[in-house]
Amino acid sequence: MFKKILIANRGEIAVRVIRACRELGILSAAIYSDVDRAGLHVLSADEAYSIGAAAAAESYLNIGKILTVAKRCGADAIHPGYGFLSENAKFAQACADAGIKFIGPSAASMEMMGSKTRARQEMDKAGVPFVPGTSHGLESAQQARDVAAKIGYPVMLKAAAGGGGKGMRLVGSAQELQSALKAAQSEAQRAFGDGEVYLEKAILNPRHIEMQVLADEHGNTVYLGERECSIQRRHQKVMEEVPSPLVDAELRRRMGEVAVRVAQAAHYHNAGTVEFLVDPTLEKNFYFLEMNTRLQVEHPVTELVTGLDLVELQIRIAAGEKLPFRQEDILIRGHAIECRIYAEDADNNFFPSPGKIETLMTPAGPGIRLDSGVYAGWTVPIDYDPLLAKLIGYGQDRQQAIARLTRALPEYFVGGIKTNLGLFRRILEDGDFQSGKIDTGYLDRLLAAKVGREDMGVEKSVAAIAAAVFSVLDSTANQTATKPGAAAESSWKRTARTEGLT
Amino acid sequence: MIYDVTIDGTTFRLDLNLDRATGRWRCLVDGREVELDAVLPQPDVLSILIEGKAWQIRRERLASSLQIWVGDQSYAAEVSDPRSLRNRKARGDAGKGPRHLVAPMPGKVVRFLVEENAAVEAGQGVVVVEAMKMQNEIKSPKKGIVLKLSVSEGAAVNAGDVLAIVE
Repeated sequence: MFKKILIANRGEIAVRVIRACRELGILSAAIYSDVDRAGLHVLSADEAYSIGAAAAAESYLNIGKILTVAKRCGADAIHPGYGFLSENAKFAQACADAGIKFIGPSAASMEMMGSKTRARQEMDKAGVPFVPGTSHGLESAQQARDVAAKIGYPVMLKAAAGGGGKGMRLVGSAQELQSALKAAQSEAQRAFGDGEVYLEKAILNPRHIEMQVLADEHGNTVYLGERECSIQRRHQKVMEEVPSPLVDAELRRRMGEVAVRVAQAAHYHNAGTVEFLVDPTLEKNFYFLEMNTRLQVEHPVTELVTGLDLVELQIRIAAGEKLPFRQEDILIRGHAIECRIYAEDADNNFFPSPGKIETLMTPAGPGIRLDSGVYAGWTVPIDYDPLLAKLIGYGQDRQQAIARLTRALPEYFVGGIKTNLGLFRRILEDGDFQSGKIDTGYLDRLLAAKVGREDMGVEKSVAAIAAAVFSVLDSTANQTATKPGAAAESSWKRTARTEGLT
Repeated sequence: MIYDVTIDGTTFRLDLNLDRATGRWRCLVDGREVELDAVLPQPDVLSILIEGKAWQIRRERLASSLQIWVGDQSYAAEVSDPRSLRNRKARGDAGKGPRHLVAPMPGKVVRFLVEENAAVEAGQGVVVVEAMKMQNEIKSPKKGIVLKLSVSEGAAVNAGDVLAIVE
C-alpha cells in the first residue's frame, strides 16, 4: 500500500480524498495556490505545499510544479480528484514517467476516450449502441445534409473535442443546417482550438443516465449501478439520484453490461463512468455518450446505495489489489439523492457569488451526508468552480430520501454569499419531480415557471418581526458596549452627521 | 421603539419594547399585540417564539440589501425608523436620476458591449464580468444613455463597485 498520496486538487473533493487516506493510514499531502492557503483541504491534510498563483494554469493545472512537489515530499501516488488534471493524459503519462502512481486509468485509455470521434470508432467495434449519426467529423455541408436527411430531423451538431455544451447546436430542419454548422464549427474552434464537428439524431426529452464501473489491474470489471443525472442547467448537473426512477433491474443489467464492455474495450482500470442518453419512450433505448475517466462529483450517491467506498477502492486498485467482490455480490439498497450546493445567486441569473462565508450552519441527522469544502470565515475565491458542497439524502426508498432532504435543507444556512440552496426545495416539492418525470429539459422548465409562495403571508409577518427584533438588539448591544453616556452621545452625533451629510 | 419594516413590498408597523431587566418583550404588529419572545443564540441567528410557535431566523447583511431567512426562504427586508429624516428623504428620491450598474459579485471585467454615450434598452447587456470560470453579462436597469464606463477592461472589481452609469 502507498505511504503518502499527493492530492492534486482543492475544495470538497480534496477533503474527500484526504478522509479516505486517513482511514487507510496513508499520509496525505495537499497543494494550494496563493488564495487557498486557508482552504479546508490545506487545514485537513498531513502536509501542504504552495504551488503558485491563483490562476489555475499557474497552480492546479501546472504539471511541472505538481510533480516537483510530489517528488520533493516523497509521495508514491497522486490522486487527481475531478476537474483540473484528472482527465489529462499527459499528466497521467508524466506521473508514470516520474515513477509516481497515478490513481486513475492509463494515459492510453484516457486518450482513447478523450476524443469523441476516436472513442466512437473504438466503441462501434465493440458493438456499443450509439445515437444514429456520423462517427467521423463532418467533411462538408453536403455530407451533413445527406446524413441528416437519412436519419431524420431534428439533429444535433456537436464538437468532437467538446464538453460542457460548447459547440452544440440543435437543428430542426434542412434550412437551418448550413448556418448552424458554421456556428458550431467556429464555436468549437474558439473553445477547443479544434473545429471538428459531427452530427447525430436529436433525442427529444432525453434522460441522462450514467453507469459507474470499477476495474482492477487484473482484468476484473464490474458495474455498480446507474445514476440519474437529468436535472441539469446549462449542461451542468445540479441534482443526481440512484436508482433512476426510469431504470428497472432488467435495464440496469443491460446498461451495466454495455458499460463493462466499454471499459474493457478501452483496457480501462480504476473508477470510471459511462454516460448514456436514454430515450424515455417504451423501448427505453439507450445510447453511449462518453466515458468520464475519473471519479465523478456525484460518486457519493453510489456509495450510499452500494455500501462501498469508491475512493478507498480507487486507492486499493491503484496499489495493485484485486477487486474484493464480484458482480453478483453488488446490491443496490435504498435510495440516495445529491444536491450540488453552488456559490451562485439563484434569484439573479445564477450569477456566481464568491466571497466570505460569515455564518455557516450545517444539516445532520438520519440519512444525511454532507461533503463540504468550506467553513465559516472562509473566503470563497473567484478563481475556481463554484461548487461549495454536496448534500446527500439517503432513505430506504425514494420517498424517504426526499423527506429527509426536505427536512435537512432548512437546517442548512450559508450566510454572506449567495447559494442555490433555495432551488432544491422547489425541486423536491414539484409534482413532476416527485413522480419521477424528469429529463434534461426539466430544470429549465421549472425555472421558467412562476414561483408561487402560498404560505408567504404568515412568513412575511414573521420576517418583519424578526427584522425589527434584530434592530432592537443591535441598538441595545451598541448601548451596552460602551459607557451609557458616551454611547448615547456618539450615536446622536453619528446620526446627525450621516443625516446632515448625505 | 417603532419601525416600519417592508418585506417583499408589504410594510408592517412594528412597535417593540424590550425590558432589559426581565428580558420580556412587548410587540405590536400594526397596532395588534402579539405574544413574542426572542433570543440570539449566535450572531445573526435568532430564535423567536410568536404565540408559542417557534421560528429560527437568520440574517444576512449584504452590501446591497438586508435578507431575512425564515427556514430556507429568504425575504428582502427594509427597516426604517419613521421618525428619521434620512429615511423620509430617501423614500422621495427612489427611481429618479442616473442609475448605477454595479458588479453583482467580485470578478474581472472582460469587456464592454457598448461605448460611452451609446443608447441602451432596458435589459440590454452593457458589460461582461468573469468570476468562477463563468462569464456574466450585466444588463442595463433602464432605457437610456450610457453616461460613463467607470472601470477599464481587465480590471478586478468587488461586489457593489460601479461599472457604468446609465441615465
